[in-house]
Amino acid sequence: MPAFLNPELGLIFWQLVIFLLVLFLLAKFAWRPILLSLKEREDTIDNALRMADQAKIEMQQLKAGNEKLLADARHERDRMMQEATVMANQHRDAEKARATEEANRIITQAREAIQQEKNAALAEVKNTAAKLSVDIAERILRRELAEPAAQTQLVDSYLKDVKLN
Amino acid sequence: MKRLLSILLCFVSLSVFANEPAAEASKGEGFNPGEMILEHIGDSHEWHLATLGEGEHATHVSVPLPIIAYQPTKGLSMFSGGQLAHGHSHNGLKLEHDKLVAEDGSKVYDFSITKNTASLLFSAALMLFVFTAVARGYKKNHGRAPSGLQSFFEPVIIFIRDEIAKKNIGPKYERYMPYLLTAFFFIWFNNLLGLMPGAANLSGNIAVTMVLAVLTLIITLASSNKNYWAHIFATPGVPKPLLPIMIVVEFLGIFTKPFSLMIRLFANITAGHIVVLSFISLVFIFKSWAVAPVTLAFGLFINILELLVAILQAFIFTLLTSMYIGGAVEEHHDADFQIGGGDGADQAHVPAH
Repeated sequence: MPAFLNPELGLIFWQLVIFLLVLFLLAKFAWRPILLSLKEREDTIDNALRMADQAKIEMQQLKAGNEKLLADARHERDRMMQEATVMANQHRDAEKARATEEANRIITQAREAIQQEKNAALAEVKNTAAKLSVDIAERILRRELAEPAAQTQLVDSYLKDVKLN
Repeated sequence: MKRLLSILLCFVSLSVFANEPAAEASKGEGFNPGEMILEHIGDSHEWHLATLGEGEHATHVSVPLPIIAYQPTKGLSMFSGGQLAHGHSHNGLKLEHDKLVAEDGSKVYDFSITKNTASLLFSAALMLFVFTAVARGYKKNHGRAPSGLQSFFEPVIIFIRDEIAKKNIGPKYERYMPYLLTAFFFIWFNNLLGLMPGAANLSGNIAVTMVLAVLTLIITLASSNKNYWAHIFATPGVPKPLLPIMIVVEFLGIFTKPFSLMIRLFANITAGHIVVLSFISLVFIFKSWAVAPVTLAFGLFINILELLVAILQAFIFTLLTSMYIGGAVEEHHDADFQIGGGDGADQAHVPAH
């Protein structure tokens, strides 16, 4: 067998010792800190990405919330305006009704007053007319009774009338 | 993989056969590609950088490396490899074909800092430097974007974590990350370092790949749960008469998996080196400048291919390791019941440990 196919004891020994030593030293001073740092960095990046995603979702939620709020506000405003219109209309109608009623009432009162005044005026006219006619009749009578013939004549006519009645 | 292995074996057998007559003839000819290649992919007690001059007058420029030897009779000895150069002996030890032996023929355990061990130490230091720097980057740029070295390695680390470990092991992947990352970068770094001129062939050394494969095996067995053993000793959905065969096959599977890891990495990297060196050797075999463009083109092509293989093999080793671990820690799933019917389901429930 050629020499290079024959593992030498010395090299096996040194390889074992030195390799294990390198393995131990590198594991302690190189691989552990390196792998820890890599893991830490990956975790940081992972976390950052997850947080960014979360922030995005939150932003969307916030935006949706804002829009909802805005829509609600708009809706509320519309509702309020509608209500206000309705109320204003109602108020106006009520006012109008009240005014009409008041006007009617005044008109009625006025009419009644006019009627009363008219009646009073008519009554006065009647009284005055009756008085005037009595006065006139009295004066006429006084002048007529001065002449006895005419007096008799009048009595006769009255009597006739009485008979007739 | 199989094709690469057979190519490798072709090279091995060729060079082995070529070695015997060439060894005698080499003094006259001066260049033996088989010998040169085997020397390059093998280990050495010195770090050979260059040879100046030719034949008898050649000057070898090389760095001597420490020799550490344990002899049961004499105990531990440690000295510079320079003492053993040119066949000299020191402390009763000498080098025979770059193999440390005692002059009196007694047993020697060679723990020398060879070229591969030195390269191993260098790559270990480099890895510690690079990845502690990366880790510092995470402290410095805490909570900020990565920069510099950190941003170069971060995608690779994340790839290993997400595409290899998480997908194949499942929720328990975190415990295995240090081993997977260390194995991946160890193999990748050493594959790349091995491509440098004059560098050692560390990740193409069977001792190195064996240790890595054995560690994978140990981790797999240590983290195995009862489902893993139930699959081996009472494979769900297998008729009872077949079980004895299946148990043998599945049991062998425990060891063939890491064995394939060992061979795959070793063969791929060594084969790559052999191919590059073979193209370079063509210049010396033909002794002509005319062959240089071909050599350069093919050498460059293979070298660039090797850059890809360097990371690919690191990836495959890590991927298969995590698949084996994933098989060992996997929780029971209901598909097994449906295939096996009542019988298999009952057997799968029996704890096999």
